[in-house]
Amino acid sequence: MSINKASHYLVIENLTKRFGEFVALQDINLNINESEFVCFLGPSGCGKTTLLRAIAGLDLQSSGNIFQAGKDISVLPPSGRDFGIVFQSYALFPNLTVAKNVSYGLENAKIPKDQINKRVNELLEMVGLPEKANAYPANLSGGQQQRIALARALATSPSLLLLDEPLSALDAKVRVFLRHEIKQLQRKLGVTTIMVTHDQEEALTMADRIVVMKQGVIEQIGSPNEIYQQPKSVFVADFIGTMNFFEAQVMADNQIKIGELQFEHDSNIDTVVGERVTAAVRPEEFVISQQVESSEHKIEATIREIEFLGSLVRLRLSSKQMQAKSFIMNIEERMFRANALDEGDTISLSVITSPRLYPHD
Amino acid sequence: MAEAIAKSGAELKQKLSRDDVLMRGLIAVVGLYLLVTLVLPLYAMLSKSFKDHDGNFIGLANYIEYFSTPALSASIVNSLFIASITTFITLTLAFGLAYGLMRSNMPFKAFFKIVAMVPILVPSLLPGIALVYLFGRQGFMNWALFGHDIYGPIGIVIAEVFFTLPHALIILTTAFSISDARLYEAAQVLNASKFKIFWTVTLPGARYGVISAAFVVFTLAITDFGAPKVIGGDFNVLATDIYKQVIGQQNFEMGAVVSVVLLIPAALAFFVDRIVQKKQVALLTSRAVAYEPKPNKLFDHCMLAYAILFSVFILGMIAVCQYAALVKFYPYNLSLSLKNYNFDLMDGGGWAAYWNSLKMAGLTAVIGTCIIFVGAYVVEKVRGFTQGRMLFQFLAMLPMAVPGLVLGLAYIFFFNSPANPLNTLYHTMAILVISTITHFYTVSHLTATTALKQMDSEFEDVSASLKQPVFKMFRQVTVPVSMPAILDISIYLFVNAMTTVSAVVFLYGPDTNLASVAVLNMDDAGDIAPAAAMGMMIFYTAAGVKLLHYFSTLGLYKSTQRWRSKS
Repeated sequence: MSINKASHYLVIENLTKRFGEFVALQDINLNINESEFVCFLGPSGCGKTTLLRAIAGLDLQSSGNIFQAGKDISVLPPSGRDFGIVFQSYALFPNLTVAKNVSYGLENAKIPKDQINKRVNELLEMVGLPEKANAYPANLSGGQQQRIALARALATSPSLLLLDEPLSALDAKVRVFLRHEIKQLQRKLGVTTIMVTHDQEEALTMADRIVVMKQGVIEQIGSPNEIYQQPKSVFVADFIGTMNFFEAQVMADNQIKIGELQFEHDSNIDTVVGERVTAAVRPEEFVISQQVESSEHKIEATIREIEFLGSLVRLRLSSKQMQAKSFIMNIEERMFRANALDEGDTISLSVITSPRLYPHD
Repeated sequence: MAEAIAKSGAELKQKLSRDDVLMRGLIAVVGLYLLVTLVLPLYAMLSKSFKDHDGNFIGLANYIEYFSTPALSASIVNSLFIASITTFITLTLAFGLAYGLMRSNMPFKAFFKIVAMVPILVPSLLPGIALVYLFGRQGFMNWALFGHDIYGPIGIVIAEVFFTLPHALIILTTAFSISDARLYEAAQVLNASKFKIFWTVTLPGARYGVISAAFVVFTLAITDFGAPKVIGGDFNVLATDIYKQVIGQQNFEMGAVVSVVLLIPAALAFFVDRIVQKKQVALLTSRAVAYEPKPNKLFDHCMLAYAILFSVFILGMIAVCQYAALVKFYPYNLSLSLKNYNFDLMDGGGWAAYWNSLKMAGLTAVIGTCIIFVGAYVVEKVRGFTQGRMLFQFLAMLPMAVPGLVLGLAYIFFFNSPANPLNTLYHTMAILVISTITHFYTVSHLTATTALKQMDSEFEDVSASLKQPVFKMFRQVTVPVSMPAILDISIYLFVNAMTTVSAVVFLYGPDTNLASVAVLNMDDAGDIAPAAAMGMMIFYTAAGVKLLHYFSTLGLYKSTQRWRSKS
């Protein structure tokens, strides 16, 4: 145990939070490394914000411990912990100028004024808003306010940065831009960062590791790639990206049957021959197969609907063979044009990776 | 289940930061203030009602005596009668004006709104004095009563209507202002008649406002002391009974009994109103669209005529008082002079009473605003401490349920007791200020709480994460952002401290006479004209302060609240 605490920057042990009868977090165990960017991802009500607020000391957990840099901070008040925080609302002080907001945490008898000014300019430079020093928050756009809130949180050089849905109040374009900016800044400063979000795209693009949560428990912890490619549960598979689910039956150790078709599988779970399971395939894992190529798991499917997404085209298909009324595949727009596809066409597909299996529920 | 209980028993406790300790300490201090200036006096009064003159416990004997003395218990019916009639008339009149202000396109709305607030600026004794001049035995309009006597229920009701109108109007205009225009559009699209829209959209939308206004007016009317004192004649009500028992007969125990009797309807009305107000909140969603009345010549002219009549009533009463204050010797010498303002020639405290009132109102405004705003801030923003907060909130709401006279009498019992180390406060300026702050605590507390709730609750979290003391947050952000509300509170306290009679009438001493009490005493002594003059002094002062407030708020927005505007 003590080895863990030493080697990880933040250690959360058996953390539980109850609001009366309601259990918001149940027995959470999580280790976060120094300089890591971790996202807590999940639908609303999954407990992600509650966990963040417990780490900050804003809402004390009912039981369990938190260690930061080897120190037990479980019951310390927020002011006794080392962190900076950015809220969804930014919580900028409306009557103070941008410079005053940023210097709020620096104003302290020990730091000389010119040094504070220097630091404020440095921070404003860092978030790209040096010209806004004398503006009031009401005069800034949402994205600018967000960056000022970030500068204010980083002013005291905390070793832990907490971001509570920092981008969700912004327009789509600004959001994409700031995603990149925050990630760059985090890399440069090397500050350990925890971000709460319900936006899977945000988590996938920004995080080193993602903690997927559901109803107060951690469903899966892993890199964006792991979470996307090897979701551990139907919930994660469904929540991250788009996933097609099929009814399947285990035929042999590495064989399953979907409808009339046989597929090989990775046997990522223990299965018993004859067992009913759920098989999962991503839309981009279907490809249109050439007529010449003969494959034993070639799928006949009919195009029901065509949805144009720009560089991709999304086809809604049905397949008698797979006993599937509706599933989705994505193909590149170039391929779509080359094949001159239309609604009602029947196409022949193959699957490029073996389906993931989940126990039937 | 047993395990769950065992687990929750082991709930973690957060270490308290210095700010946590400070905030909890301040809640305790302000809570203690309310305990000493409200709960303990009320307890002293309650226990007094079960004792005889010599302080022996005699159970319900005082109550039995009260209810078996028709001369005393008849006042219950009288009080309920006056309060009910007043509530009905005030609500009808105020509803009409509120409807005109919010639902018509009549001109001069701002003017009518200001006029309707005038009664707040005078003691409730003043409308009584005006009525004496209008309809008294030598009144210049007493033919209009067809031989009825103004001294009695008629006079009391008219005076109470005058006194309660602004309070009803404030609540009703708010109720109308939160109506959703989309409902009216939907009703019009469905071809509903005007009459049907009124019954199905307007009235249901305003119903909580109407109920709330009814309770407020009823409570004000049943607890008011000024109007029945001046114009009540032989018609006894509970409030005047308390005064007579205590001041006239020195029967403190019976005064305590009447106080308890008066406390019941007032407290009941208060608690029902709180429940109703909680329901009101859900009515207005953030998507509601403000209603914009469409011009309608006939309707707008009718509403204008109504508003003019309304203003004539209110300004007429004030004008009569002003006239009374200036006439040399009514009705024998109608030439005008300022001799009635020569208060030093009369009993009642003279000009010193006026200066005392100014001083008392100023101190109440400054000290009261500090205590109330700090109290509201710490109770709103403290981390955890749920039970302490709930107890404090209860204490802060309690003053509203306690009529001023009851509070004043309770102070006599508590602060004048030889056993109380605080008894040196009796008759001092300090006790007048304390009683007034406590008397008007609730509305000020609610104003502060509303303003604080509008502020992002995450400010304190950010401040704590930046390791800054909460005091810095309070000074640099909370107070500047809340300045409009803080000014509102201080003006509210100042104006009420100038006009209140009820609590202070039992507490002033020879050196701490007040203007409002002087009005009462001069009227009692038959010096009605000087009483009117002193009443007008209160009016000028309160109106002046209101004007000052208005312009300073304007200035404040221009200079220090620059951050509010987007530019």
